[in-house]
Amino acid sequence: MTRAFKILTFQASVLLAGILMMSVVADMAKAAPVPPAAEVSIGNFTFKAPVVTVKPGATVTWTNGDDIPHTVVSKDGLFKSKVLDTGDRFSFTFAKAGQFGYFCSLHPHMTGTIIVKA
Amino acid sequence: MSGIEEDRRDFLKCMAWAGTGALFAFSAGIPSSFGLDAALAAPMRSKSAPASFTFLQLSDSHIGFNKPPNADARATFREAIAKVKALPVQPDFIIHTGDVSQLSRDEEFDDADQILKEAGLPVFFVPGEHDMLDPDGGKAFLNRFGKGSKGAGWYSFDHKGVHFVALVNVADLKPGGMGNLGAEQLKWLAADLAGRPSSTPIVVFAHIPLWTVYADWGWGTDDAAEALKLLARFGSVTVLNGHIHQITQKVEGRIAFHTARSTAFPQPAPGTAPSPGPLKVPAEQLHSMLGITDAMFVRGHDRIALIDSTLSA
Repeated sequence: MTRAFKILTFQASVLLAGILMMSVVADMAKAAPVPPAAEVSIGNFTFKAPVVTVKPGATVTWTNGDDIPHTVVSKDGLFKSKVLDTGDRFSFTFAKAGQFGYFCSLHPHMTGTIIVKA
Repeated sequence: MSGIEEDRRDFLKCMAWAGTGALFAFSAGIPSSFGLDAALAAPMRSKSAPASFTFLQLSDSHIGFNKPPNADARATFREAIAKVKALPVQPDFIIHTGDVSQLSRDEEFDDADQILKEAGLPVFFVPGEHDMLDPDGGKAFLNRFGKGSKGAGWYSFDHKGVHFVALVNVADLKPGGMGNLGAEQLKWLAADLAGRPSSTPIVVFAHIPLWTVYADWGWGTDDAAEALKLLARFGSVTVLNGHIHQITQKVEGRIAFHTARSTAFPQPAPGTAPSPGPLKVPAEQLHSMLGITDAMFVRGHDRIALIDSTLSA
């Protein structure tokens, strides 16, 4: 195998890889974009970000940082976490636009709202 | 000195081993509070009637809790039971004012049950919010500790002329609210009290305080006023709660309110911390902030004395 041929095959490989990558990127662009996810931490018996705004399709994840268990329960029954002990997480994906109030069913003075709009 | 006064002094002296204690007493339906020393010094008015019975309040055992300041809530609960067994006057029964468990797990309820059995006394329960965390929202607790109760676990019973009412204010809590009794339970309470003479001494117990201790932390019950209205005509009403892991007391009309210590961990005084989470006290302080409450009912005096003792030796 000549040195020139080796360089040629290497260049071809790079080109092929480049084409593959471009096609993957093109596929990703064709699919609906995943809106940025949001995080709500729970601490000191509060939802640290009491109002969070996300786009439809976004996933919101709550994490309990307290030494005491909490829950995340929507006021209209759309979502309800199991009990979240220290460090436990709960996620919910908001498909549709709207305003979703929620609270901790153990400590109902803890409330929050997720606003979903395009 | 003889009779009841002596008995009472001896009793209180025996209780004093616990170190701290606040005595909360009724006199002819009008309650007043004393320091333990003052109570020891003040003679009772009558020497004729014997002490009829005592009962004991345990609260917030949180079996399963294992974080600072208490790595083993089972052990401190066991210590509380040992204190009960060592009381010079054995109570007729125990009431547990909720948060038996930390997470409503079967093994937590099992262990609580086993430890309580060591006392060898009947136990009457109400659930706390930590006992409502099974997928069925409290069924696990009720199946075990609430047999024969109504609704979310309320009931009443009579003992030696005193009417005991167990209320549940941790079910179906509303967003932004505090504790909640609900219309169905209030209706039941009205029927339960109807027809009872106003002279009947009443003891009400529930998990969350039935008066607003601190609204910012949800330490109260939204519709408690409706229950208290039903109780207002009675000459002697004692309301025993838990939930806030510290002693508070208040008198309103002829109703005396009292909250008990936890056997698991203390919580901060209202507004003194960023949240009502566990107060992370040093290990050597923990036992002085956990405890039990002994209630002495003296027949013929219409007085009930509540004596809080800590787990410190």
